[in-house]
Amino acid sequence: MANKFISQMNLPKSVSNVFAARNIITAKDALSLTEFELMELLDVGFPEVASAVKHISELASPPYQTVLLLLEQRYESEHLGGHLPTCLRGLDEALCGGIPFGALTELVGPAGIGKTQFCLKLSLLASLPARYGGLNGHVIYIDVESKFTSKRLLEIGACSFPEIFQMDGMAKEMAGRILVLRPVSLSQLTESLEQVKVAMLKNQVKLLVIDSMAALISGSLAEFSRIPVIVTNQVRSQSRVATCQYSFQEKDKTVGDPERFNSHLVAALGNNWAHAVTIRLVLEASSGQRFIKIAKSPISPALAFPFIITSAGILLQDNDGIEVMGPQLNSISCAGNGDFIDFNNQKLQ
Amino acid sequence: MEINTLPISASTRGKLISTGYTSLSSLSSISPSRLAQDLRIQESEAVEILKVASVNCGVGNSDGTRAIVAGAQTAWDMLHEEEFARRITTSCEEFDQILGGGISLKEVTEFGGVPGIGKTQMGIQLAVNVQIPVDYGGLGGKAIYIDTEGSFMVERALQIAEACVEDLLDNGPARKDFRASQPNLSAKNLLRDIFYFRVCSYTEQIALVNYLEKFISEHKEVKAIIVDSVTFHFRQDFQDMALRTRLLSNMALKLMQLAKKFNLAVVLMNQVTTKYCDGSFRLTLALGDSWSHTCTNRVILYWEGNERYAYMDKSPSLPSASAPYAVTSKGIRSSASNCKRIKLMQA
Repeated sequence: MANKFISQMNLPKSVSNVFAARNIITAKDALSLTEFELMELLDVGFPEVASAVKHISELASPPYQTVLLLLEQRYESEHLGGHLPTCLRGLDEALCGGIPFGALTELVGPAGIGKTQFCLKLSLLASLPARYGGLNGHVIYIDVESKFTSKRLLEIGACSFPEIFQMDGMAKEMAGRILVLRPVSLSQLTESLEQVKVAMLKNQVKLLVIDSMAALISGSLAEFSRIPVIVTNQVRSQSRVATCQYSFQEKDKTVGDPERFNSHLVAALGNNWAHAVTIRLVLEASSGQRFIKIAKSPISPALAFPFIITSAGILLQDNDGIEVMGPQLNSISCAGNGDFIDFNNQKLQ
Repeated sequence: MEINTLPISASTRGKLISTGYTSLSSLSSISPSRLAQDLRIQESEAVEILKVASVNCGVGNSDGTRAIVAGAQTAWDMLHEEEFARRITTSCEEFDQILGGGISLKEVTEFGGVPGIGKTQMGIQLAVNVQIPVDYGGLGGKAIYIDTEGSFMVERALQIAEACVEDLLDNGPARKDFRASQPNLSAKNLLRDIFYFRVCSYTEQIALVNYLEKFISEHKEVKAIIVDSVTFHFRQDFQDMALRTRLLSNMALKLMQLAKKFNLAVVLMNQVTTKYCDGSFRLTLALGDSWSHTCTNRVILYWEGNERYAYMDKSPSLPSASAPYAVTSKGIRSSASNCKRIKLMQA
């Protein structure tokens, strides 16, 4: 709506001509200037500018809905009340039914913790027929790090849903619904996101997974098509602990804890990005145990669930969850990760 | 007063100055026909100029009974008004205390904090609480919720609204006939009276703020405008920072006018950024220093140990103070009641 043409807004002829003459074509051009700048530029009086801006604003502002209407729409028109179940019971309960449609969900965690495993499982779930609790649609999987393996995908499928995958041709059909894109540069990624937009209009795309990169456009994509969008994010170690303090907070509280300092990781994309995602799930390891943690979510409390990775993919060990509080929420621990990987390999083979 | 301050077009102003009319007083005792002659313009245009000039002359004809200057109010009257002003509760007693009893009407209040601290929760909670009926000590208003980030969740709004109704019925006047006279108090009605706008670009955000004046004059019951978050679109795709500051302060000014004119509360959510000062990096609210002047009240939400705290960073009338609060399944609540939780032990 920001790019609506002023000439099509039914302003008085004289006024719209003045706008056109000064090369102010769209609502965006007009509203990017203050009223006084417009007066100066268009050489007309204040009342004219004020009424023109009012008129443009009214046409360019988005329509409203009452929340009740929104709620009813969601339950009526959307499958499963607008959530993609993850088949992890505890997590589903906390998220009111699963990964929500129309929102950006982020997975953060150190390398090898199971982000890709989680993405693979979700892709399968979205492609399953509706009678098995899936979304019965196509999945677009943007695999930036070339980590997607069809073999593992089918293994997870065969172990978690043996009844489907033993059917003739079903494995082919399921795997055929997952489209994998492998962009190698940022510009390619942006390009493929544009393509995705077109593909979504044509096909029954029910899930978008971006492993592991983040582009802002995906946020608007989620809403535009009302499907869940999953992005994964890597971690980096944080150089200064003091950054998580405001100036009015006491200085020497968290500094001077060398043990924690060592294993202190933060999500690779900074604060600005963290504000942009709707749901953030942190995958972490502490004392030989993997946890999946709801670090940011407008619909659920902050809970952590212990999980293991088996041949059937991610499994929760406890469906009740543990309450997480404080700055721990956004910290990502990887203590004991070294010996942990060995343990995990044994388990897998 | 100079001609420059008049809201007239640049060419007219140029004509005035070049013919020697540089001050307002030079326009005060001239006839329209004379002015038209001097400037070589239509007489009707000259009348318009003089009209604008006389309005802007200001002081003029007040009644002199109460105020000396038209539109002004004595401090005594303001005090009286403030005493009777009702506030929007946050549902957390300690939080209300540092806010002086709740979010005040006629003012712009800004909340800021790290992702996941509960800004959206606070927004939804306030959108529900503004509707608490007058009989229960609320405002009985409606709310406008402007969502720029797409983080508004209807399921969560339903949870909070249900909890709010439950609490009201439990704690409110217990007489049966009284309850019966409140048939409208249901979660559905609460949700019906939140007007939800989804804003997808900064142009839309500006347009919407401009349009709100008309919208609210059609929906007079609106008592709260919540913008979650004011920052989001202004942190993307902006090269010209001076333009950004101008647009933002213009927008803040309009929101302030709305708050005053329609006697409603404006609540803005802000994100955080890091700032280098005194040799270390510190968290601070986004949008810079000039923005920090625009909001009347500023509250920072932060973690202190394992608890969420709110800190009153800026207020013209209240002392700086902090208070704990909690985000529960019912919404924002006092943190005292939930100390018996199991905490995740970190290695």
